[in-house]
Amino acid sequence: MPSFVNPEKCDGCKALDKTACQYICPNDLMTLDKETMKAFNLEPDMCWECYSCVKICPTQAIEVRGYADFCPMGATVSPMRSTDSIMWTVKFRNGMLKRFKFPIRTTPEGQADPAAGYTFDGDINDEILFNEPDCIGTDLFTLGG
Amino acid sequence: MPNFETVEVQTDLLICGGGMAACGAAVEAAHWARKHGLKVTVVDKAAMDRSGAVAMGLSAINQYVGLKDGQNTMQDYVAYVRNDLMGITREDLVASIARHVDGTVHLFEKWGLPIWQDGEGGYVHEGRWQLMINGESYKVLVAETAKNALGIDNIYERVFITEPIMDGDKIAGAVGFSIRENKFYVFRAKAVMVAMGGAVHVFKPRSVGEGLGRSWYPPFNSGASTYFSLRAGCEMTCQEVRFIPVRFKDAYGPVGAWFLLFKSRATNALGENYMQTNAEELQKWGEYGKVKPVPANLRNWLMMLDVMDGKGPIYMQTAEAIKNISEATEDPKERKKKLKELEAEAWEDFLDMTISQALLWASTNTAPEEKPSEIAACEPYFIGSHSGASGAWVSGPADLQNDASKNDYFWGYANMATVPGIFCVGDASGASSHKFSSGSFTEGRIAAQAALKYVIEHPEEPQVDMAAVKAMEEKILAPLDLFEQHKNASTDPDINPNYLRPKMAMFRLQKIMDEYAGGVSTNFTTSKENLEKALELLAMLREDLEHLGAEDLHELLRCWENVHRTWQAEVHVRTMLYREETRWPGYYFRSDCPTMNEEEWKVFVNSRWNPGTGEWEMSKKPIHRIFE
Ligand SMILES: Cc1cc2nc3c(=O)[nH]c(=O)nc-3n(C[C@H](O)[C@H](O)[C@H](O)COP(=O)(O)OP(=O)(O)OC[C@H]3O[C@@H](n4cnc5c(N)ncnc54)[C@H](O)[C@@H]3O)c2cc1C
Ligand code: SF4
Ligand code: SF4
Repeated sequence: MPSFVNPEKCDGCKALDKTACQYICPNDLMTLDKETMKAFNLEPDMCWECYSCVKICPTQAIEVRGYADFCPMGATVSPMRSTDSIMWTVKFRNGMLKRFKFPIRTTPEGQADPAAGYTFDGDINDEILFNEPDCIGTDLFTLGG
Repeated sequence: MPNFETVEVQTDLLICGGGMAACGAAVEAAHWARKHGLKVTVVDKAAMDRSGAVAMGLSAINQYVGLKDGQNTMQDYVAYVRNDLMGITREDLVASIARHVDGTVHLFEKWGLPIWQDGEGGYVHEGRWQLMINGESYKVLVAETAKNALGIDNIYERVFITEPIMDGDKIAGAVGFSIRENKFYVFRAKAVMVAMGGAVHVFKPRSVGEGLGRSWYPPFNSGASTYFSLRAGCEMTCQEVRFIPVRFKDAYGPVGAWFLLFKSRATNALGENYMQTNAEELQKWGEYGKVKPVPANLRNWLMMLDVMDGKGPIYMQTAEAIKNISEATEDPKERKKKLKELEAEAWEDFLDMTISQALLWASTNTAPEEKPSEIAACEPYFIGSHSGASGAWVSGPADLQNDASKNDYFWGYANMATVPGIFCVGDASGASSHKFSSGSFTEGRIAAQAALKYVIEHPEEPQVDMAAVKAMEEKILAPLDLFEQHKNASTDPDINPNYLRPKMAMFRLQKIMDEYAGGVSTNFTTSKENLEKALELLAMLREDLEHLGAEDLHELLRCWENVHRTWQAEVHVRTMLYREETRWPGYYFRSDCPTMNEEEWKVFVNSRWNPGTGEWEMSKKPIHRIFE
């Protein structure tokens, strides 16, 4: 079962109006059991192991156990995602550990500005798009002109 | 019938999908809509932050032309795509995207995407057209920009677009249902953008246990673009041009960085480089066998020849590649540093876009510097944005035509399909491969500007026949009723003579496609007889899809995803049947027409389902050379 939930850590996102894992799963797999108030993966064999639910869970309750039909047991790959970087811990079946840290964005969260500081004064009847030609850095290519 | 609330939304441009192409469309449309007082609405079946193929992130931007620094020309890019697709490509469409794509990449960088820098003011290239990125949050960033541009009130998440609404021959909107609450949505729009990605799980995947979901392309791209376009009566193109990538075996991790950045070789089990030992085979594939890089399907083919000869497993020689790079560095201290860098780059390539592969390496104790790793061909996918070409037949821009192409490739608005008011982008538009993430976003921008221009020039409100919409609603929700009505007819809700559950419908589709339409189990080989058998079985499957049963909204989603997939399957089979040659041997092989026939088949094959008669119409369309 690719992504799975540790019942001791999952609190059903009780502080939120909807659970984070259910909100994010692109394949509509993470589901809240209303009786136990714990989340579970409804169709593990439709899971892409995209880790979106793992990264978003506020209590780090979700882990991934590699697909049992081709992954030998014992390894884990776990992320810790912050606002500007992600840290990965890779644990091999033989116990070897590797850690990697990569940047994820260079702007503050939520602040991406569509206009991006380019100047633009275009007309919808031209082929020139929003922010162009400034954002291309050269004139827009056209045939014979 | 279960009690559903009907929600009506009126808009000018409806963008269906929330992936790369849809986000590009949203950012561009927001600008023109503000300027001209128009309304734009986005509907995604998932949450845009992590929806579509880029949910996990990506480690490379695969289309950057580098026009501003004169790195390449437009001709270069067009020639690359034309050759890779064995001559079958719309040069006007490829050029249309290529001339804007650099601007998109520069925008991504400003929005906060970390693109690797070479220390001299340039980008680090993975290959000629590919840039390395720290792309874990690629989709988060792009969705954030789209939301900032359009405003959250104009965005509907977790609504599954099911069917188009027509006003005679032109588009009038779309219907869908919420997968969270009992709500049926009716969107009325003057123009509709189809940006719902490609199709996966039409063919049986290689792993069928827990690993069923580990397709290379994501299982949530389920054929909605093709279905929607077909049902509206759009002419489609290149529906035979599926894509089968070669990736690390089982977890389908990317190989691009290994081939391009680390200069690794792939060999058979005997250590032979099949690209060299099977080089003679390339002669059979005309001018396309002579070009560099060798077209993707021919690279697959040379590898498959060894597999079929029993010379597998096939290996990526990772240890050898790392050794070569490290030996090129003399100073031992520098060498150690270099090795550490390489290791991080290799793992990041997986962790940014195919985490399963990191998990598989860790579970099999695979350190790439120590031992090689297996690679294999995946299963077939429909993905017009990558090295496949399936999608709708759309108009090119006015200014990228020559006298001959103008008549065949241009009808008023860039990226408009043959049905007025429908615009197709990303995986949804055909014959313009190799746009990838950056080009799909770019195509969304191009089409959004054109679509709003169309709206301004066609301001009349579309007429919606509410009786017809009501009938659609009943049909769309029927699986819920059917299940409820009959679930007690058996002690096992899965085994019931009155309905078919969507998972089994999917397995039936996959079995038909796998065995008769050139799936994994026949080494992608098919023939006229096999394809005709597939059509016979697909017809019965289509009838049985009228009896799908759904326990809840999640299963209702699965029902309609599989209806969408089945239409993708049928148009694929019909197009392979029509094209009586083999042109892309590593993608599929027609055993009854095993060679390429330039004279008769250097054409597009277009297909259309006629909504009036329910008949399929197949045709040939000419290839025009616009760039030399
Ligand atoms: C593993 C992998 C590696 C890749 N590597 C690279 C790379 O290195 N570089 C690169 O540039 N590109 C890469 N690509 C390709 C790139 O991801 C695609 O080209 C691009 O995402 C296509 O954009 P799209 O908008 O057509 O589809 P997507 O981005 O997949 O978006 C489809 C959207 O449609 C929505 N949707 C689907 N059905 C419905 C429905 N019925 N109703 C409403 N919404 C619906 C989905 O939720 C999603 O939002 C890779 C892809 C994968 C999977
Ligand atoms: S996000 Fe985490 S805590 Fe919240 S419901 Fe899901 S598993 Fe439980
Ligand atoms: S790993 Fe991805 S596909 Fe699997 S349950 Fe989590 S979010 Fe969904």
